[in-house]
Amino acid sequence: MTTAVKMQLAAATLMFAVAPWVINAAPHEATMGLVYKIYFFHMPSAWMFMLGAIVAGVASARFLFTKNPKFDATAVAAAELAVLFGLLTLVSGPLWARKAWGLWWVWDARLTSSLMLFLIFLAYLLLRQFGGPGSEKLSAGLALFGLANVPFIYVSVNVWRTLHPKTSVVPTLPVEMGRPLWFCVTAFLLLFLALLSLRSSLERQRARIDALYLAEDEA
Amino acid sequence: MRAFFRVAAFVVRKDLTVEVRSFEVLSTTLFFAVTVVLIFAFGFVQEGVPVDGVAAAILWIALAFSGTLALGRTFERERQADTLRALMLAPADRPALYVGKLAGILMLMALVEAVLVPMVGLMFQAPIFVAPGWLAGLLAAGTLGFAAVGTLFAAMLVRARSRDVLLPVLLYPMTVPVMIAGVRGTAALFQAEPDLGLAQFWLALLVFFDAVFVTLALWTFEPLMTD
Amino acid sequence: MSGDFERVSVVQLGRHYGRRRALTDLSFTARAGDIVGLLGPNGAGKSTLLAILATLLVASAGRVEYGDATMSEGGADLRARIGMLGHDLFLYPELTARENLAFFGRLYGLPDVDTRVAGALERAGLTARGDEAVSSYSRGMRQRVALERALLHEPRLLLLDEPFTGLDQASAAALVTRLRQEQARGVITLLATHDLDVVDGLLTEVVFLRGGRRAHAADAGGALRDRYREAMQSA
Repeated sequence: MTTAVKMQLAAATLMFAVAPWVINAAPHEATMGLVYKIYFFHMPSAWMFMLGAIVAGVASARFLFTKNPKFDATAVAAAELAVLFGLLTLVSGPLWARKAWGLWWVWDARLTSSLMLFLIFLAYLLLRQFGGPGSEKLSAGLALFGLANVPFIYVSVNVWRTLHPKTSVVPTLPVEMGRPLWFCVTAFLLLFLALLSLRSSLERQRARIDALYLAEDEA
Repeated sequence: MRAFFRVAAFVVRKDLTVEVRSFEVLSTTLFFAVTVVLIFAFGFVQEGVPVDGVAAAILWIALAFSGTLALGRTFERERQADTLRALMLAPADRPALYVGKLAGILMLMALVEAVLVPMVGLMFQAPIFVAPGWLAGLLAAGTLGFAAVGTLFAAMLVRARSRDVLLPVLLYPMTVPVMIAGVRGTAALFQAEPDLGLAQFWLALLVFFDAVFVTLALWTFEPLMTD
Repeated sequence: MSGDFERVSVVQLGRHYGRRRALTDLSFTARAGDIVGLLGPNGAGKSTLLAILATLLVASAGRVEYGDATMSEGGADLRARIGMLGHDLFLYPELTARENLAFFGRLYGLPDVDTRVAGALERAGLTARGDEAVSSYSRGMRQRVALERALLHEPRLLLLDEPFTGLDQASAAALVTRLRQEQARGVITLLATHDLDVVDGLLTEVVFLRGGRRAHAADAGGALRDRYREAMQSA
């Protein structure tokens, strides 16, 4: 573990430990009461999910065209993080929805788009697991296509939803809520970066072990 | 450039010739598509009357399912005597092979649609002749989007394990925008008062999707297919 | 790169799949008119080597030189000079021999495809049955069509993966004759096989493979079978 990663993890841990107080300090929202505060974890999760998807897509493109395995290591790390934070997003979203609208799933445009993208990156992991040899390249193709698809998914789901509105529009946040939000975003970002470094270096080490086996075999 | 399309044309001709010997892929795909429509009908027709707005959805779902099957079968053929290797060995432009395969799939899907659209019109009282140009446009653009991604995925999975189940696992989430646009656009045409403006929006989205993903497929075909 | 080449050199070639070594530090050279035998047990790396030579697979280490150029510089021009007869024959079973040959001929951009196809069918002795589906052929007949397909574009490098599998004596003899014809034209032939007795007088050079590495037999003379046994034991 490099110093940078240690510092990121330490800072993230500290911030997550302090977070409940920071969030508590934020003003109560009139209609929803306490539960809306799940938003402070839901939003950053969603952003980290998107960040993971973007990093995975870009790293996959570079891997496809340069064949350099270190890009594949970054891609798989980012894809796993996308699935992790995507799951957090998709669990915290319905918790909000249940309290706000009385339903677990309301086909909200953003949540539905997130579900679609989440499925794509879950498929990435399935492909790597079950695709047999050579699946690193194939999953890179999938991640690249997935990233290119983000605007299309968003627009199509959005227009599909807004034509038949059944739920009220998500309320805009007043300014006092900005500070706790940015605090949580920073904490999540530090965690994301630390995990990305750790996971991709793990993947690179796995490749090194294979290379060592090969070298030993030769000797 | 001309050589590129000539190669694609040779591949299409070869696929057609092979198919014409037995019509295996066409007949099984058609039969499957018809079965899917019927199965969904059992779910959605209550007391002899189809649930509102269901025709468009059933049409596109049947196309997605049967399309996936056709894609799998077409590339399974290239696995039989390892002919995909022979194609890659040829000095032909690799993306041209992709275009040839894509064109073959499009022709097959067009035939399936020629049967399914009247069938859906008949069974669900869908007004398929009200705006036939728009309907054809939606089907063409949507099928191209689905097939463009599907042909690439089917090709790249040819040598993978578990390829039968992985093709739908990979393809369906990736083609969600095509399904949404296709279903909503067709539904807009099937309404009592057809909403041409909305259909036009969905058609534009599909055309844009096609442009982006055909380009992406052409670009990534060679690196994905070579070892 | 548009030139022809007179030799193929394999230089310290290596290929691995994860932890499994398929080829290690392999080196040899083959020249025009050579018929090189790749001999070894199953899993020795023969098919992997042929795939790399055919440019279908990328080496993990080392390189292959076709004349003065390497594979990465070769591209389509290089592939136009390589012909391969795979273990699975590369023929569409639903198509006739004529259609198979014509398709690949056109794909390779050959002029006068129909004339060439007619010639190929004649050389394979299948003119009479050229318009029947390949699926109705015997193994030997399919083999002959597949070989003509590989030779249709007059390649410089001919790669054969277990071509004698399932052939009766007459077909095997016919294949040997055909290979000698190509040898006289200056083709470089690499042939992976188990059938030592059939190829004994045919090979100009031998590469013994065991566990992905080159094995050697002490003396250059003697029956192929004996040399093979010795090479396998020494490795």
